Amino acid sequence: MVNFILNTKIVATDKPETFLLLDFIRYQKNLTGTKIGCREGDCGACTVLVGELKNNELQYRSFTSCLTPIGNVAGKHVVTVEGLNMDDLNPIQQAMIEESATQCGFCTPGFVVSLAGFCLSTKEPTEQNAIAAIDGNICRCTGYKSIARAAAKISQLLQNRGAEEPATFLAKHKILPEYFTSIKERLQELALGKKSTITINPETYPFLGGGTDLYVQKHDQMQKTEARLLYNLPELNQLYLEDNKCIIGGAVTVTDLKDSSIIQEHFPSFLNYFRLVSSTPIRNMATIAGNIINASPIGDFTVMLIALRAKIILTDGINSRQIRLRDLYKGYKQLDKKPEEYIEKIWFELPDRNWKFNFEKVSKRTHLDIASVNSAMGISLQADIIQRIRISAGGVSPIPMYLEKTSTYLTGRLVTDQILTEALEIAQSEISPISDARGSETYKRLLLNQLIKTHFLILAPQFELELTDT
Amino acid sequence: MKNIDSRTHTRGESVYLDDIPLLQGTLFGAAFPSPIAHGHITKLDISEAEQMPGVVKIFTYQDIPGENQIGGIIQDEPLLAEQEVDFCGMPIAFVVAESNEEARAAVKKIKVEIDPLPVITDPRIAQAQGALIVPPRTFILGDVDNIWQACTHIFEGTADTNGQEHLYIETQGAYAIPQENNGLKLHSSTQSPRATQQAACRIIGVPMHFIEVDVTRLGGGFGGKEDQANAWGAMCALAAYSLKKPVKYSLHRMDDMAMTGKRHPYSSDFKIGLDENLKIIAYEVTFYQNAGAAADLSPAILERTLFHCTNTYFIPNVRARAYSCRTHLPPNTAFRGFGGPQAMFVMEAAITKAADSLGLDASIIQKVNLNKTGDEFPYGQLAVSEAHACWNKAEELYNLEAIREKATAFNTSNKFLKKGVSVMPICFGISFTNTSMNQARALVHVYTDGSVNVSTGAIEMGQGVNTKMLQVAAQVFSIAQEKIRLLTTNTTRIANTSPSAASATADLNGKAVYLACTAIAERLLNFVAEELHTEASNVALKNEYVYLDGERTEWDWKRLILAAFLRRINLSEHAHYATPEIYFDKLKEKGHPFAYHVYGTAITEVTVDCLRGIYEVDAVKLVHDFGTSMNPAIDKGQIEGGLVQGIGWMTMEEIVFDKAGRLRSNALSTYKIPDIYSAPKEITIEFLQTQTDNLAIFRSKAVGEPPLMYGIGTYFALRNAIKAFNPATQIPFDAPMTPEKVLLALYSEEVAKLKEKHEQAVRNMAIS
Repeated sequence: MVNFILNTKIVATDKPETFLLLDFIRYQKNLTGTKIGCREGDCGACTVLVGELKNNELQYRSFTSCLTPIGNVAGKHVVTVEGLNMDDLNPIQQAMIEESATQCGFCTPGFVVSLAGFCLSTKEPTEQNAIAAIDGNICRCTGYKSIARAAAKISQLLQNRGAEEPATFLAKHKILPEYFTSIKERLQELALGKKSTITINPETYPFLGGGTDLYVQKHDQMQKTEARLLYNLPELNQLYLEDNKCIIGGAVTVTDLKDSSIIQEHFPSFLNYFRLVSSTPIRNMATIAGNIINASPIGDFTVMLIALRAKIILTDGINSRQIRLRDLYKGYKQLDKKPEEYIEKIWFELPDRNWKFNFEKVSKRTHLDIASVNSAMGISLQADIIQRIRISAGGVSPIPMYLEKTSTYLTGRLVTDQILTEALEIAQSEISPISDARGSETYKRLLLNQLIKTHFLILAPQFELELTDT
Repeated sequence: MKNIDSRTHTRGESVYLDDIPLLQGTLFGAAFPSPIAHGHITKLDISEAEQMPGVVKIFTYQDIPGENQIGGIIQDEPLLAEQEVDFCGMPIAFVVAESNEEARAAVKKIKVEIDPLPVITDPRIAQAQGALIVPPRTFILGDVDNIWQACTHIFEGTADTNGQEHLYIETQGAYAIPQENNGLKLHSSTQSPRATQQAACRIIGVPMHFIEVDVTRLGGGFGGKEDQANAWGAMCALAAYSLKKPVKYSLHRMDDMAMTGKRHPYSSDFKIGLDENLKIIAYEVTFYQNAGAAADLSPAILERTLFHCTNTYFIPNVRARAYSCRTHLPPNTAFRGFGGPQAMFVMEAAITKAADSLGLDASIIQKVNLNKTGDEFPYGQLAVSEAHACWNKAEELYNLEAIREKATAFNTSNKFLKKGVSVMPICFGISFTNTSMNQARALVHVYTDGSVNVSTGAIEMGQGVNTKMLQVAAQVFSIAQEKIRLLTTNTTRIANTSPSAASATADLNGKAVYLACTAIAERLLNFVAEELHTEASNVALKNEYVYLDGERTEWDWKRLILAAFLRRINLSEHAHYATPEIYFDKLKEKGHPFAYHVYGTAITEVTVDCLRGIYEVDAVKLVHDFGTSMNPAIDKGQIEGGLVQGIGWMTMEEIVFDKAGRLRSNALSTYKIPDIYSAPKEITIEFLQTQTDNLAIFRSKAVGEPPLMYGIGTYFALRNAIKAFNPATQIPFDAPMTPEKVLLALYSEEVAKLKEKHEQAVRNMAIS
């Protein structure tokens, strides 16, 4: 039995935990404001908000309900567009109308819900942040300018929020319905009646994290599959520092990582990279471990973490073992992992002060797209000599790659255009890209060269590389 | 006035096809598509699928009681494949089951054996093999053959544009509900209720009055639901008629993308001749349209390509030839612009080729060749031109020279960031080029309490046409907008509708609403004049009152209506409108096919990141010819939306079919349309408001399609930016300009080296 609050009401369903939230909302509860656009998290028409208590704070995040198993929202508050409606239009809806930000209207509820998610977050109420909240919503009619104008207007509504809890502030100012003020208490009550452990399903069932990979183009099968849900396991939701190690639990999401003080303090430039990775709702749902286990040759975090020399701890619940992340990949979608194992933790050492890091990604569409090629580079320099360097790359071989020979070659050298040219030659010999929908082989080869050059331009401008004639 | 659907849209209360509450016993359909692009079906085995839980019936062509034919212009498209499949995704069977999931599960159990036949994806190969949908068409003006010798400069080349997936966010679908006496009510997400009605009737074998098609609204259409909504409507109708149960089919996105046609890819050859003053005096162009496996609307689209072959330029000697080539792709179809954008891209490519070769900026050639009033189009119609007005206003208002200087300065001081600027003037003809389709009807009822219902043949798909219809009624009756409701588009209220297409929906239906309301208003004024013992010419309707000689009377709208009703005055009107003046003679390929043209000029500024090969559109600043806009908020939305759609077509939207004719860009994860960050950072729209009389409703010119073509400017601006980084590079005219093409052009020399060293296998992809 899965329990959660859907808008104002507690629902209890005996549908399997893997049942899709989208289908539950639309076809079991007949809340048709949540639309179906793509069923793979790429359009945002089905966006809902999921509220949960974290350290006794009520935190809302946007989810694409098409990739969300209902088990992942157990004990939480699910808000659809209907749950935002008041007798009069709420100010989010008003802003959308005033700016003519709705044409055919099919994507509109998704935008309204995402913008409500922005209002419910503690993000600084800037126009930029309001627009970031709708980076996962696709509109085919408006050309977005009117929606951006509405988003700017909505950010103005929040100027006086201060430190007040968002839900309280929004209810008080009639931006959202009154019932939001009682949700915190109701979730606490719901938690009391809930079992503290997740159903332990037989070992043969697959593990399920955020759903953003397993449900893509496979929702038919997934709904009928039983799975072992990891998403809500408290022990996997930890993100912390231990001595000099940054430890990421197996269910920590991309947004958890992005919002963590560890990242903000030690890797301020990461905030720019997160923007290039999928979209707000997908980042809210997707786990870092899922990006790794998905084994895509082009996983953004996998590529970053390889350059960070990350290690993973795999467990079957009883026995654990640690391996280097780069050693996990044995071939295309082949892992050094037994079916009964899942990622308990990912960790890497915080680098020293000399160490610098850069991540590059190029895709057909800069945001909300899968890379053609991505690459990360960590480097530490002393007196312009490379002390340590680690370059990783995705999209250029069947597995996410650590460019070992290239990195070894560059270690201990003073970088000149000539050296870089040779390093790129080595890189070209390490990779084996194929032509596919994300680009031709030649393009991927050229692009990797360009991204490595870009790493140097950004991390080691003192070399004054020409970069034009290699 | 805001779009009248805004409130329900933002509250999630608007009803689309998949939101219609289901009747008890509703069954669900799913089509089984051909897994290969061309071949003979040797065996179709549905036995295992039939045994799947919940399956009620699996329809094949043998279960069609009427004619297995849904072709519109040409009867060449079966609903369900018989002996042969012609494209990957072609429906072969239609599974009906008790649930959507069961229907989809059963589809996977159908087995088909197909003897493969050769697959053609390239229109030039199809043409060479004589595989044409219709005989080629040729438009001729002047004498191009004898003018080449007079040209100072002659340039030749080829230009290609890829297709474009409509990506309406609401997928296709239909819901058929049996009625008494074998009738059917068919809810459909269609732009063309008549065509869907006709296709369904033909499949079942019943006259058209057996089926009522009803459309509340569409979650986007863009041409994709003009003819291509018919198949799903016909499948549901077939199943509902046969099983006597309601049957619904709302397509999964990937099925929609795999089974439906898209914007036509074109490959074209051009030859352009200029005199010493850079006047284009000769232009010869050959278009190879990739029509896909069936005609669909391709012949009409081909025609519009020819109509727009010279864009907004006056060229005295033109020969334009167009082939509609039959390939093994899903039948390509209408998409905003309807063949016009493809032609205009070739014209701009030809001018750019000339400019590049002469070391000039293309805008110098563009400007001196803009048409003016009285100039003849290659099809004989004389221009009533706003081309210079739009260009000059854009040039001055936005200070084109300063924009260019800024870009040049930027390019001098930045090594890896380069700006490019382009100017894109447009001229687009408004009307269905098939003259007979330029008709529409409206039904207006005034109820005894003064409230009003309006029905038209227009489909609301986000373009705000219902809002404009309401404005027309409110203006004629001079009553509050709240008193008027727009009803669904329904074939029992409005018969024989033309599709909502060709940018002409508001014009045609608006004029019909105007005629209907005016007829009722005239009867009301005659009646009240009699009551007031005066002539009808002395009374008027104004702000919900009857005015007599400019003075408000005691007769308010409510009193007027009730009194008129009691005096048995007809408070309803069904009106018919047909656009006057237009005609076209297909034998001579001459005539006056368009009610009017829409003009405009866009200046586009882009920045290319020359390290990574990615880019941003900094600004599009345009002057657009609105006539006298009756709803600037809606019209501005059409411009912004059309522009960004056009930019998508020209930049990131890349349809990829492999050589076997399988769609590789088959989901939103592999086919990318613009997101909020891809939209230009700035869009500025200046209204060229003219008072010139035209055939538009309230002189408010059509605005649906024309702005898409401003997007072509982005392609040429990107090209200019690339050349600022690598002046020696040769960039083929091949849209879209994806980041891949940008990077390969930026580093053309390195590409050659890399290819030599590393390319193991030729890319096994045919981008069609």
